[in-house]
Amino acid sequence: MAFKNSIAWYYFSSPKNFYPLAGRLIPWFWGLSVILLVVGLYMSFFVAPTDYKQGESYRIIFIHVPAAWMSMLIYLVMAVYAIIGLAWKLRMAEMMASALAPTGAMFTFLALWTGAFWGKPTWGTYWVWDARLTSELILLFLYIGYISLQSAIDDPRRAARASALLAIVGVINLPVIYWSVKWWNTLHQGASVSPTMEPKMASVMVTAMLVMTFAFWMYTIAVVLMRVRRTVLERESQTSWVKALVGDRVENSSAGEKQ
Amino acid sequence: MSEFFAMGGRGFYVWMSYGVTALFMVVEVIAVARSKKTVLKRLARMVRAEARGNS
Repeated sequence: MAFKNSIAWYYFSSPKNFYPLAGRLIPWFWGLSVILLVVGLYMSFFVAPTDYKQGESYRIIFIHVPAAWMSMLIYLVMAVYAIIGLAWKLRMAEMMASALAPTGAMFTFLALWTGAFWGKPTWGTYWVWDARLTSELILLFLYIGYISLQSAIDDPRRAARASALLAIVGVINLPVIYWSVKWWNTLHQGASVSPTMEPKMASVMVTAMLVMTFAFWMYTIAVVLMRVRRTVLERESQTSWVKALVGDRVENSSAGEKQ
Repeated sequence: MSEFFAMGGRGFYVWMSYGVTALFMVVEVIAVARSKKTVLKRLARMVRAEARGNS
């Protein structure tokens, strides 16, 4: 079994084999994401009761917390791919790491944005230099640094190596974000949900938040697979399989024009 | 209905959050799909040019 698995990993670590696999998986992840989004939004607006202290603006947490979790999760996965890419020189891992960065940056920005619009009615300010907010802002800069470093280096292999190092060093920021509310006396409230404690919220709120998190997760997988397929086409454009694939498309489209 | 959109007077904050989040997610998908199409078109041009060069 282990042998069979390692064969499968080896097989799909080749861009030629990963490209069609990703293409088949994408519609499934879209489907899951849309279903979870519909359920999650319904729960967020119609099932979860009004918070007695924060009023209706607390409903922002149903996208704020999932976006913040995704911003950290994506960074972690990106760093793992970066390590695999460095250690085994796997092109597919390098491409996955770089495909994750824009979506990670987007969720980081959205976590900050929705946090600001939650903070204004709740704390009376859009922004404070609090440990949680500041470390999340540093995460956004790490993503932007990673993306710009990659686009600044022309050779894709060198770009992947240099940006991988940045991604790996930046992992230090993740525990800082996670425990910032505990280590420093912050304005940002403590964790609402943690694996070691009973949730401090009504269970329907926790459920809605988890459903939205899985919706964002499935969305991330779908959009990252789409992006990595584009990168594969670009970086493997000189290989015979990409030429054959494009050649088939050209033939099909010209056959369509003649009919 | 209008009561729903008012969100107890907090409509601005709630819809700025949800609206911008939805906008970003939709735009990202469109941008990625379009950039893949652009790459495919460029590659198709290269393949056609090569085919002409060979014949």
